[in-house]
Amino acid sequence: MIQQQGNRFFFNVDWITVLIYIALCTVGFINVYASIYNPDKATGFDFASSYGKQLIYVITGVILGLSILLFDGRLFNVFAPFIYGATLFLLVVVLFVGRNVGGNQAWIPIGSFRLQPSEFAKFGTALLLARYVSTFNPKFRDIKSIVIAGLIVLAPLLLIMLQPDTGSALVFLAFMFPLYREGLSGYFLLIFLGMIVLFVADFLVPTYILILILTTIGGLFIYNNRRKQKIIISTILVTIIAIAYLFVVKIAYEKVLAPHQRSRIELMLGLKADNKGAGYNVIQSQIAIGSGQLTGRGFLQGTQTKYGYVPAQSTDFIFSTIGEEWGFVGCSVVIGLYMFLLLRLINLAERQRSTFSRVYGYSVACIFFFHVFINIGMTIGIIPVIGIPLPFISYGGSSLWSFTILLFIFLKLDSNRMGFI
Amino acid sequence: MDQLFNRKYIVQGLFIVVALILLGKLFYIQIISDKAFSSAESNVLRKIYKYPARGAILDRNMKVIVQNEPVYDLMVIPNEVKPFDTLGLANALEITIEDVRKKLKKAKAQSPYQSTFFERQISVQSYARLQEIMYRFPGFRTQDRTIRHYPDSIAGQLFGYVKEVNPDDIEKSEGYYKPGDFIGKSGLERSYEDFLRGKKGVINTLYDARNVAQGSYANGKYDINAVSGDRLISSLDIRIQRLGEELMKNKVGAIVAIEPATGEILAFVSSPGYDPNQLVGKDWGKNYMSLIANPYRPQIVRPIAGQYSPGSSFKPVDALVALQDGAIDPNTTFFCPGYYMAGNHKVKCEHVDGTINMQRGIARSCNTYFCHVFQNIITKNGMKNQRQTYAHWHEQISKWGFGQKLGIDMPFEKKGIFYQADHYDKIYGKRWGYTTVISQAIGQGEITSTPLQMANVMAAIANRGYYLKPHLIKGIGDKNVVKKEYVVKNYVGVDEKYFPIVIDGMRDAVNSPWGTAKESQIPNILMCGKTGTVQNPHGKNHSVFIGFAPMNKPKIAIAVIVENGGYGGSYAAPISSFIVEKYLTDSIKPRSNGYTVKAFAETNLLPALIDKTKKVKPTKLDSLKLKKADSLKKVKDSLKIKPAVLKQTVATKLKVNQPSINNKPVTNKQ
Repeated sequence: MIQQQGNRFFFNVDWITVLIYIALCTVGFINVYASIYNPDKATGFDFASSYGKQLIYVITGVILGLSILLFDGRLFNVFAPFIYGATLFLLVVVLFVGRNVGGNQAWIPIGSFRLQPSEFAKFGTALLLARYVSTFNPKFRDIKSIVIAGLIVLAPLLLIMLQPDTGSALVFLAFMFPLYREGLSGYFLLIFLGMIVLFVADFLVPTYILILILTTIGGLFIYNNRRKQKIIISTILVTIIAIAYLFVVKIAYEKVLAPHQRSRIELMLGLKADNKGAGYNVIQSQIAIGSGQLTGRGFLQGTQTKYGYVPAQSTDFIFSTIGEEWGFVGCSVVIGLYMFLLLRLINLAERQRSTFSRVYGYSVACIFFFHVFINIGMTIGIIPVIGIPLPFISYGGSSLWSFTILLFIFLKLDSNRMGFI
Repeated sequence: MDQLFNRKYIVQGLFIVVALILLGKLFYIQIISDKAFSSAESNVLRKIYKYPARGAILDRNMKVIVQNEPVYDLMVIPNEVKPFDTLGLANALEITIEDVRKKLKKAKAQSPYQSTFFERQISVQSYARLQEIMYRFPGFRTQDRTIRHYPDSIAGQLFGYVKEVNPDDIEKSEGYYKPGDFIGKSGLERSYEDFLRGKKGVINTLYDARNVAQGSYANGKYDINAVSGDRLISSLDIRIQRLGEELMKNKVGAIVAIEPATGEILAFVSSPGYDPNQLVGKDWGKNYMSLIANPYRPQIVRPIAGQYSPGSSFKPVDALVALQDGAIDPNTTFFCPGYYMAGNHKVKCEHVDGTINMQRGIARSCNTYFCHVFQNIITKNGMKNQRQTYAHWHEQISKWGFGQKLGIDMPFEKKGIFYQADHYDKIYGKRWGYTTVISQAIGQGEITSTPLQMANVMAAIANRGYYLKPHLIKGIGDKNVVKKEYVVKNYVGVDEKYFPIVIDGMRDAVNSPWGTAKESQIPNILMCGKTGTVQNPHGKNHSVFIGFAPMNKPKIAIAVIVENGGYGGSYAAPISSFIVEKYLTDSIKPRSNGYTVKAFAETNLLPALIDKTKKVKPTKLDSLKLKKADSLKKVKDSLKIKPAVLKQTVATKLKVNQPSINNKPVTNKQ
């Protein structure tokens, strides 16, 4: 009891998760160092360099995380609407005062430091969503609850789209999974999956063949359920919507997406080859990763990494450094660490007594999942180039801190799982 | 709640599936496919080649006859070129601004980021000018290389030439040659390419994404130092080579001199010759075209590619084989009425000697005597077995090297014509005998040989029964390695005891008042020899002489052919005598008959070109033509040659008509 008293702040914290967190941050620092390392200019340790800054980010990140543990977990529940509101406000502000970096109006300069509100909007949204679900306990069987939950997610998503930062916006789709866990019909996931499949298929297969396939499937389905009028009608509706979707996608693709986004998608689908232009990043990244082979070239030995063949080496394409210098073994270890973290977060979320903690836990896990899947998928060419960071590993303070906050708020909630929120 | 709890597994299952997809793709690009690895190498790794110096060639007295000379190329990496003073560069190189632009464009087309030739072999003056202002032309650099230099400006066909590799060479070399490398294309440069070229050095350099060199790869672990080519010691004696070329000036023909004891070739003259320095460097194309255009075809290597009937110079071999065969004995005499009747065909003699023995028959070059000898050989087992005895005779003669390549260390050696019995079976069926082929008795008709083969025959006679494979390089590298095949004695199948009588006859040919080459007697040296006068249906006969000296312990065997030179005694023999004397005594004493080197060098025996407006037909020159006795041709025509034979004839003719050095296959890589 006395011990518990003395350790009140860190009582019941899941230290295993903290260890994985530190492991991933270390992997990040090592690879940021490697991707910036220049043998000719290798002097002493330099805090002004990127790896020096990253070390500072990691240390402050750990301090930030530990200090979050000092808060009372209940505060997050209470202040969720305010935090959400604040992040929305920042997302609006950034559209006006933000600094344009790489075509995106995503950064608010504060002195020498730059704040990226979209990173912080993630945990604001997660908190409010958790608050909503825990307060009203909707089962998402009615339209109203789905709309409210949808609005909570879509508001920041749309604001981020305006920057425009499609990559960060896409991450908000991760909230589908916590909602699914809380009762949202699985059909939503299937519909979403179906939309992606149809989107891709629309590029690879002529539209009329797709229409033929869809009507055939619909027809067979109706034939099998020919005595159930309801199913027949809904099937016909779904088929018509699906076919309409095909055309809408085609038009939206031409009108809504920017040319560079279109070419990234076309490259990923193999519709066009461009080794020097838009495809350069992906090809060089794959060359770097592929050249790592089984065990990699070794720390600081990656030639592609060292000689700047992969753009955005330390940030979005940091995984190519891991792939080149540590090979398949290193990649497997990193993916393994992530999987361990993700599966553990889900398990932790499930052991929560409070719905708030569980929803938040799911949100955190699924946001990480989206980042990891999209980022690594992009570096090895199975997903179009979408510039989002690899959690804890990519260079950058904003992303590291926001991921840290996301994670440690959950760890704090988890440590309170016996108490009441 | 329980029902929703199960959704955890769906979410976790999705995570795992996606992780497996990522790992699967990683497994593919990292482990299964090695495309990425090689792409990474080509991204960063550039091999810079260091060219070794080509091996030098010395003559037998260790005088340098082939060496290297530095030249400078201007190289460019188009991507590194920044806007520069085009006029300045054009002036330094003495070319126009247009040329500069054109060359830059060409280099860019070849490779934008590899170092490519901008201007080859810039002059020393241009190089000096450029050195001072090079900093003004980023992306350009000079590269020094060596090219061949031949200080004596002789023996062009012998040395051959070195030229940039073509795609064919690159493919055949299985990765050794790269575009821009040089390779020996003909002559010694070609046959000893593997020794002369040395070993290219490689420096592996890493480049970053902006194409800036980042230093050596793996601390130079995989770099290779260039190793200079092997030095070769040639068997050539440059003194008599030079004398030979001088004597053969304005004449078409060849000289081959061999040291009998070793098979080392002392002189290898092909006339008309050319200065090998012409086929070096920038002017190669221009000079090569003018060589090709020369109607006397200097590009033909006549000592090994010229095929002449040996004529009477064949008689000593004939005699020796007959003696070995027992067809005659040293004392056999025949009666010469001034001709020999082979059936209805009359073989004329230049003289009427009456009863004549072998020694005198050789000295006097009596056709009648050797026709009888031949008749005796072929009919010694009766008229019915002529085919069989001919086959045996063919085998005996072949041992001397007729009708086959001797395997000299030069490319494109020809083997000459010497038909087997089967050949005559095809044409005449069973109805042929010694009279059909009687012209061979005196080295005419359907027998041809290269000057090298003739000189080799002399070496075999000088050695009294064997020869060593004739060769031009007697030592390779610092250790002077001698190829094993060059120390093997090749016996010609005639016992030593039969030689003295023939050699006596050859001595008389030169040193007796009745000899055919009596004008070529060398003061204080006993040269043995045999003249030949090769019938030439197209013009004046060819003058041939083969011989060796001194008679005892011979030091030099020689064959000389002067096309359109008439009697063997009139040009070939005196030329031989000068070369032999020069080689043995290093001087030439005044001759009692007043013959001088100068007089022979000045004589012009080039055949007149019939029609200067028309292109000269190559058939004008007999060295290129496979001779056929006219009478035989008529018989063949009437008998309707089989298509195969016809084809062969056409093919050989075609070859003769296009004697381009490049098109010919490598025949001998030794």
